[in-house]
Amino acid sequence: MTHWIILPIVLPAFLAAFIILAANYHIGIQRVISVAGGLGLVAVGAGLSWQASDGTVTLYQLGDWAAPFGIVLVGDRLSTLMVLLTAVLALFVLLYAIGSGWDNRGRHFHALFQFQMMGIMGAFLTGDLFNLFVFFEVLLIASYGLMIHTGGTVRLRAGVQYVLFNLLGSTLFLFALGAIYAETGTLNMADLAQRVQLIDPTGTVGIRVAAVLLLMVFAIKAAVVPLHFWLPSSYAEAPAPVAALFAIMTKVGAYAIIRVYTLIFPPDLDVTAGLHGWWLMPAALASLAIGMLGVLAARQLDRLVAFSVIGSMGMVMVSIALFTPAGMTAALYYIVHSTLAAGALFLISDLVRTGRADLELTAQPPIAGGALTAAMFFVAAIAMAGLPPLSGFVGKLLILKASFDSGAVVWVWAVILISSLISMVGLARAGSVVFWKAHSVARDEDEPLPLAPNALSYVAVAGLLTLLVGHTVFAGPITDYTAAISNQLFAPDRYVSTVLETPGKLADPKGEGH
Amino acid sequence: MEFLVASAIGILTAGGLYLVLRLRTFPVIMGVSLLTYAVNVFLFASGRLTVGAPPILSDAARYTDPLPQALVLTAIVISFGMTAVIVMISLGAYLGADDDHVDDPKPQSDTANQPGDAQ
Repeated sequence: MTHWIILPIVLPAFLAAFIILAANYHIGIQRVISVAGGLGLVAVGAGLSWQASDGTVTLYQLGDWAAPFGIVLVGDRLSTLMVLLTAVLALFVLLYAIGSGWDNRGRHFHALFQFQMMGIMGAFLTGDLFNLFVFFEVLLIASYGLMIHTGGTVRLRAGVQYVLFNLLGSTLFLFALGAIYAETGTLNMADLAQRVQLIDPTGTVGIRVAAVLLLMVFAIKAAVVPLHFWLPSSYAEAPAPVAALFAIMTKVGAYAIIRVYTLIFPPDLDVTAGLHGWWLMPAALASLAIGMLGVLAARQLDRLVAFSVIGSMGMVMVSIALFTPAGMTAALYYIVHSTLAAGALFLISDLVRTGRADLELTAQPPIAGGALTAAMFFVAAIAMAGLPPLSGFVGKLLILKASFDSGAVVWVWAVILISSLISMVGLARAGSVVFWKAHSVARDEDEPLPLAPNALSYVAVAGLLTLLVGHTVFAGPITDYTAAISNQLFAPDRYVSTVLETPGKLADPKGEGH
Repeated sequence: MEFLVASAIGILTAGGLYLVLRLRTFPVIMGVSLLTYAVNVFLFASGRLTVGAPPILSDAARYTDPLPQALVLTAIVISFGMTAVIVMISLGAYLGADDDHVDDPKPQSDTANQPGDAQ
């Protein structure tokens, strides 16, 4: 049994503890450790993805206890891809935080960052629903700390809303888990996949309630309308690097929906029939529409980006709600794109903040380093609005094509195309107000010239944008790979058999517990 | 006993939900605590209610399911920690703003512009 797969969880945990205990007062050492950890995570993530790319399902039994009783970590193509994506995003966010000095404006940034990584990685790798809850809590409690990093009344108020909403979400999650356990007697995902099939079709009330509750919990994390109200305030008020890292957190919800509703409650299961088409799809279309309308209506740049996150999550959810292999292929391509684009946009909005009084979308004197920042905003906005030539366009085409055979094709096409136009107008307006109209406003003579952002900040943003370009150029191989992922998702036999049939210590195949 | 436990969970949840919908942080936090109590009892009951049986497989004919007890323990610890965090953050927000509402304040510039949806 190889131990590599637990490294994305253990490495940040140890680094975080080490940073607090040994390097608490030395920001330089903290930065070095944090970046080294980030690089290490990228390497491990790449290694795990390589290992999983041929369809291998890697199983790690914690304490060597066999699956339904012990907790397992499972690395298949989907989870390793998400681990790699998280690690790459986190590395650039970390570089930006160091370059812009955000990490030095309050205490414990790097330790909390590492704990956050531990939670996100764990959520992607775990094969047990209760363990998923625990890792959700780990990533949330770290995110509470990051969200109110550097303090300030406005940020604390937004933090209160964010924490309360997520506490309620956690409570719902526990209700769902209790209902699932009462109905099936297990919380291991692979074991659940088998037992849910065996439920007596006349007594499905409990498991249906649990399935809907779980969907609601994950929809809260993924900010699907009407459960999105926590997102705009908290993402806009959070420090920019933190908001950029949070771009992956909504994807944790999307990942959980994909995992649970392909493995445990697959679309052809009678018990939960109609959940995707009748409930998830309209909610997803509504998120897409409301998110993009928010882009047009927002009066601050950071809120605009937050609404674009809701819109792009809506796009992902539309594609997921099709629950076809083609839809899943498109959704996974779009998840990678939207994570990178949202991360880049949050960082760019922080570049804009340098040298402006606030992020209101009004004409203010030119910002320092305006030309370069404007160019970066232009590229990121094209990607986010889904215009050619960048990956947003490719992803949108894939989603449109995937929805062509579904019953909701008219709705999907109409909403996607109209909302794209709206978001394009919103982003264009924001860009022209912030960058072009600035030249018509004179700066006060006695006001000091703002300092241009650090070169490292630009390097971090440029890195994310380069990845977006790469995501477009290599769209062919990447969609081949996401197609392989969705094949693996819709044929979970290998996942289930790997998890359940690998013997652990005290192995006794007949040892049924409940 | 089933009726007692079920109605206890129901009343705790109803009270919690009512309080969560208030606008001030103190009742909302009380509501969240009530909800976590409700969910703890619910988790505990998800392994079926058994009285006076050991939580381990032994010679005894009856046993109670030990797993929900472990789940509840984890849930209690987590919700306890989370409640402490939210109390600290909302105290900070209250002391900073001298206002303990949980909803967003009205933006200052509303007099000049149309109220947008950037609430």
